[in-house]
Amino acid sequence: MKPIKFLPLVLLLLLGCSNFSSHTIAEKNDAVEMSIISDQTLKTHETTLANGMKVIVKEDHRAPVVVSQVWYRVGSAQEHSGITGVSHALEHMMFKGTEKYPSGTFSSLVAEIGARDNAFTGRDYTAYYQLMGKDNLELSFELESDRMQNLILSEEDFKSEIEVVKEERRLRTDDNPNARVFEQLFATAFTNNPYHHPIIGWMNDLENLQVSDLEEWYQRWYMPNNASLVVVGDVEPKQVFTMARQYFGDIKSREIKASKPRVEQPQTGTRRVTVKAIAKVPYIMLGYKVPSLATAENDWEAYALSVLGGVLDGGRSARLSKRLVREKELVSGAGAGYNLFARYPTLFLFDATPTEQHSIAEVEQALYEEIKDIQQNLVSEEELDRVKAQVIASEVYQQDSVQRQATVIGSLETVGLGWKEMGEYRQRINAITAEQVREVAQKYLIEDRLTVALLQPIEHVAENN
Amino acid sequence: MKIKLIALCLFGFSFLHTASAAPQIEQWQTSNGVRALFVAAPELPMIDIAITFDAGSGRDAELPGLSQMMHAMLNTGSGSLSADDIAETFEGLGARFGASVSLDRSSVALRSLTDEKLFVPALQTFIAITANPSFPEKDFLRIKNQALIAIKDSSQRPGDMASRAFYKAIYNDHPYAHPTQGYKHTVESIRLQDVKNFHQQYLVANNALIAIVGDIDLQKARGIAEQIATSFTQGSKPEPLPVPTVADDVRDIYIPFPSQQSHVYLGKLGIQRGDEDYFALYAGNHVLGGGGFTSRLVKEVRVERGLSYSVYSYFFPLLTPGPFILGLQTRTDQAQQAAEVSLQTIDKFLMEGPSEEELSLSKNNILGGFPLRIDSNRDILGYLSLIGYYQLPLDYLETFNDNISAVTQEKIRTAFKKHLNTEKLVTIIVGGPDGEHGS
Repeated sequence: MKPIKFLPLVLLLLLGCSNFSSHTIAEKNDAVEMSIISDQTLKTHETTLANGMKVIVKEDHRAPVVVSQVWYRVGSAQEHSGITGVSHALEHMMFKGTEKYPSGTFSSLVAEIGARDNAFTGRDYTAYYQLMGKDNLELSFELESDRMQNLILSEEDFKSEIEVVKEERRLRTDDNPNARVFEQLFATAFTNNPYHHPIIGWMNDLENLQVSDLEEWYQRWYMPNNASLVVVGDVEPKQVFTMARQYFGDIKSREIKASKPRVEQPQTGTRRVTVKAIAKVPYIMLGYKVPSLATAENDWEAYALSVLGGVLDGGRSARLSKRLVREKELVSGAGAGYNLFARYPTLFLFDATPTEQHSIAEVEQALYEEIKDIQQNLVSEEELDRVKAQVIASEVYQQDSVQRQATVIGSLETVGLGWKEMGEYRQRINAITAEQVREVAQKYLIEDRLTVALLQPIEHVAENN
Repeated sequence: MKIKLIALCLFGFSFLHTASAAPQIEQWQTSNGVRALFVAAPELPMIDIAITFDAGSGRDAELPGLSQMMHAMLNTGSGSLSADDIAETFEGLGARFGASVSLDRSSVALRSLTDEKLFVPALQTFIAITANPSFPEKDFLRIKNQALIAIKDSSQRPGDMASRAFYKAIYNDHPYAHPTQGYKHTVESIRLQDVKNFHQQYLVANNALIAIVGDIDLQKARGIAEQIATSFTQGSKPEPLPVPTVADDVRDIYIPFPSQQSHVYLGKLGIQRGDEDYFALYAGNHVLGGGGFTSRLVKEVRVERGLSYSVYSYFFPLLTPGPFILGLQTRTDQAQQAAEVSLQTIDKFLMEGPSEEELSLSKNNILGGFPLRIDSNRDILGYLSLIGYYQLPLDYLETFNDNISAVTQEKIRTAFKKHLNTEKLVTIIVGGPDGEHGS
């Protein structure tokens, strides 16, 4: 790479000190009508640009900061065998450059304004963000709109960046025994549901990815009608909408080639997988196939499963901690829960680490006993109240972070639920009864939906060579 | 010419903007002499409280892991309250309790909604378990078992192993040498009485600092601080920890481990909080390895060579000198190469310092990013604890940008030469085949 030392500063003359004044732009465009949907309680506002790109703004005037996130509705769940990890690899390459902002300048420009920027890839989304002083929002729009359409994927950049991605996989998964159990759990539970493969991709696929795979992926998914722009912070919604239209409004929409449904084969019987790894502490995960909110036939079931997660693992007072950690001292730690905001059917997860005195088999049995208890008996009103109290408090606490608020909006939008779900969530959780919790436990936490993944530690024997 | 103008333009702008943004800090002493710091944050109906003690793992003395274990036991009992009661109380109120242990300090924290019906009992429980814990025997054995599993778990993680080896190499016999979680044999030998003694000696009013941020007024905050402070026994402030000395025989350490990656740490003894060179080193390190994608280390190690997903460097100033650390992870057969590239990058930086453009970019990043440092109650609470604990000036935040602005290329060169001498850098590599390490 050729170091570019002067360009960033030159660009800043154009961007930072003259053109980037939101004041003038707002005046210029204020007259143009725009259809805006607002919720005053949530202080959230939405508009859709003519090209289909949705823009959502949430006001938070506590500090002179703003976060801007661009969410693309593509993640590892859109990938097929052979190209797993392509969404994430493309996310890395999105920082490499365009004709207007060549390799290296993106980071320098963002650094120059003191923004924190990064990106994250999930099963259902790829998202890019800048967190910055409120006066810099326009630079963020300029850069994001540019790389939405003009990314240059060079062979040279890719060659070293894919090595970085492989290092990331080694770091997060290959050298982390519990992460390998997690990876194997999903790969075993799902045959043809797209959550089968890991977000970061299989190593062999990473080794064989080509720039052309990324190019295809970019062309297929990166377009305004497949994206949402989320802005949270000390901003005036109308000004943001106007600015968004100015920067993103002219980008051509294209047809989105829909993914195939890939509905999971019915499971018959429990699946088990063992991961042998050089490790010292055993570990177990259980995964039960459950619907997400977006896929549930009866949407209350998703909320009931969420409450069930709270009853089992909503803090230290919850059942797994109280009974398995403190009462029986079977495990040093245990967890349960699920992501009701997944786009496709997903897994309700349990995990546990046994104490020295107990075996993984005992722990597995103990987890089944807890499940049986939930299926046979009603959870107490106190337990439900505690789960609900925490939901109410969490809604306040999460407002302490603009980034967190934006992430909630972005993920709801991306899976098709919409940001208004934020306003409904608490009510829907509050309405869940003990009977409903029992009902979902009886319906979903059953053998024919279960996959068990175990870590079997093997000793590290020093080689003598 | 143009370039300089632009830098100035942005610079001045950021400065003006952020100078007014620093929060208004109120400070006082409770009737029994505990320092309290408070920032009113009326925007959200919530309160954050943190009590900081000079009671980190550096105070473990002969029993590494003791402070950690003591703090892990706080929420297992107080008076007639059991671990179940405490958990049910906090969670029924939507309140959150946390305790954390670092090398020099420890802290206990409460987050609650402001509503009196929720906050009053949450505060009461928070005070009860931190000032008057009962340390039940049954819970002690359980927590000890959990601690031992955590240690075992660490010993299967090359990153943790490398970090441990690093601190041991830098600090030798100093109390910062051991990991906060301790060692198997020391944790095994901790008795319940040791836990009680540690609490009695270190979690006392004369060793405490209270920080409060939230939707209350000053009068209310004073009342809360008073209630907290007077619930602790008075006690005394512990003697300062010894000043670490630089080991004479610094050597590189290689620990084979059957992992895909080697974890590499380079470093040496750095500076303590309040060091006059702090801002020069902070800004300089931003150029070297603290500034993310624009830093030299990321460019050399990650962008140019694709050797590591993450590579960084930082000074970690503590009450007594803390370390300078450079860290990265890479495929085992590339570990030597990555370490060499890192060392060369430091060497080059030591020789030439940052260029004018680099320093300007870093300064703009630090100054422009200032609002992000204090944009949440949690961040502000962290700064109150930092300012109070290390006795930094109360206008630390207000003057932060001035101090950064005053840094020059020359100051950085001088400060780095003084504090970073590569001849004394230790290199730790964990991961790779047995036997002699090399390619």
